[in-house]
Amino acid sequence: MKTVIIKYNAGNVQSVRYALERIGASYLWTDDEEEIRSADKVIFPGVGEASTAMAYLREKGLDQVIPTLKQPVLGTCVGMQLMCRFSEENNTDALNIFPVDVKRFPSGSLKVPHVGWNNLYDLKSPLTSGLTENPFVYFVHSYAAPVNKYTVATCDYVVPFSAMLHRDNFYAAQFHAEISGKEGQTILENFLAL
Amino acid sequence: MLTKRIIPCLDIKDGRTVKGTNFVNLRDAGDPVELGALYAEQGADELVFLDITATVDNRKTLVDLVRKVAQHVNIPFTVGGGISSVEDVSALLNAGADKISINSSAVRRPELIDELALQFGSQCIIVAIDTREISVPVQTISHQERVTDRFGSERVSSHDEKLIIEHIVHTHGGRKPTELRTIAWAKEAQERGAGEILLTSMDADGTKAGFALDLTATVSGALSIPVIASGGAGNMEHFQQVFTTGKADAGLAASIFHFREIGIPDLKNYLKDQGLPIRI
Repeated sequence: MKTVIIKYNAGNVQSVRYALERIGASYLWTDDEEEIRSADKVIFPGVGEASTAMAYLREKGLDQVIPTLKQPVLGTCVGMQLMCRFSEENNTDALNIFPVDVKRFPSGSLKVPHVGWNNLYDLKSPLTSGLTENPFVYFVHSYAAPVNKYTVATCDYVVPFSAMLHRDNFYAAQFHAEISGKEGQTILENFLAL
Repeated sequence: MLTKRIIPCLDIKDGRTVKGTNFVNLRDAGDPVELGALYAEQGADELVFLDITATVDNRKTLVDLVRKVAQHVNIPFTVGGGISSVEDVSALLNAGADKISINSSAVRRPELIDELALQFGSQCIIVAIDTREISVPVQTISHQERVTDRFGSERVSSHDEKLIIEHIVHTHGGRKPTELRTIAWAKEAQERGAGEILLTSMDADGTKAGFALDLTATVSGALSIPVIASGGAGNMEHFQQVFTTGKADAGLAASIFHFREIGIPDLKNYLKDQGLPIRI
């Protein structure tokens, strides 16, 4: 099986690479279209800022590649946000795989960013199979997608938001499965087993 | 519900974990990779590795250690100690660190926070603040008179006080006072792009008498980013206090975990029984 991690300027993705190594999965880390298209599984990671990341994807032509992929694709954190239509973070037009808009958490009684372990509910994804009803996973983000028809895991922080999305061959997680303990490891294993 | 985080801190010297009282008199408490993996297994929510030697010669050792930790640990971990440039941060993140923590270098040159946040994102930049209470003598004392303290701040003296207590930022492992006030510095760090504040009370550190609750609550209340409280943990109740009275988002401790005075599973069960949001 060939797994590709999409290489772009989305901050530190070392944790994703080590997480795959821990579960014994080999991978290629590349921005080459041919390599990406011929992969069995594609991981689209990301930390950092949306508009800079999106500009880089356009420059490399990856904005045309990612939405047309046919194999299972997993976007995480900013990767997930870029798979949505638009992000309020520097008013970024994104890939529109999920036709929803990513919004900043409203400021109020709770701190923003949302940092730490929070639990999921309403699990409807094959990626969460084998997990408990309300597994804890690790989040670090200030922007989130609202709950919508593609939501397959929900989390509450200030408001309920989409912790995971699923549409056809596209899967996305707002949290960092790669550093979410055994639960995160199960989610990655489930994705690779699709 | 977002949970309160329990964070064991592993002080690293020459690739080994050490911890001493008030940062002096170090004792060896084991292999950092093994200890880190054990804590993760036991339910630690994050780990902090603090390189307390942090000399140029040791950077390669630290980067190698970070790589080994990243290979074996499946929870977030932070690396701190002697980090003073974009290059340092880049090397540590590339080795697999999830976050880095800066302290003295940010005090020396606050713009470093902006540069790191811009380059790597706020989510991986922790500003560590070592704070100590200092009694500051006021210069003029009379009823309802404006007085100036030695930091140049004006205030009204309403009675015959001779000393006021100020929370002052310290560097060099808490030994060297700066001109910075702790709360103002924490706010500045947030504005410049810090993602979290690691607040260590040097007065409480090593005492096992509890966290500095009032100061932690004040700093946490003044910020919109999370505050990790450090220094003074001696028993399980201290954690309960720092998460309630102290308004901390996370609690960090070292020796009580390393020397197995408190087990992480016991601590987390206790806190959950006390009604706190805890990941079990």
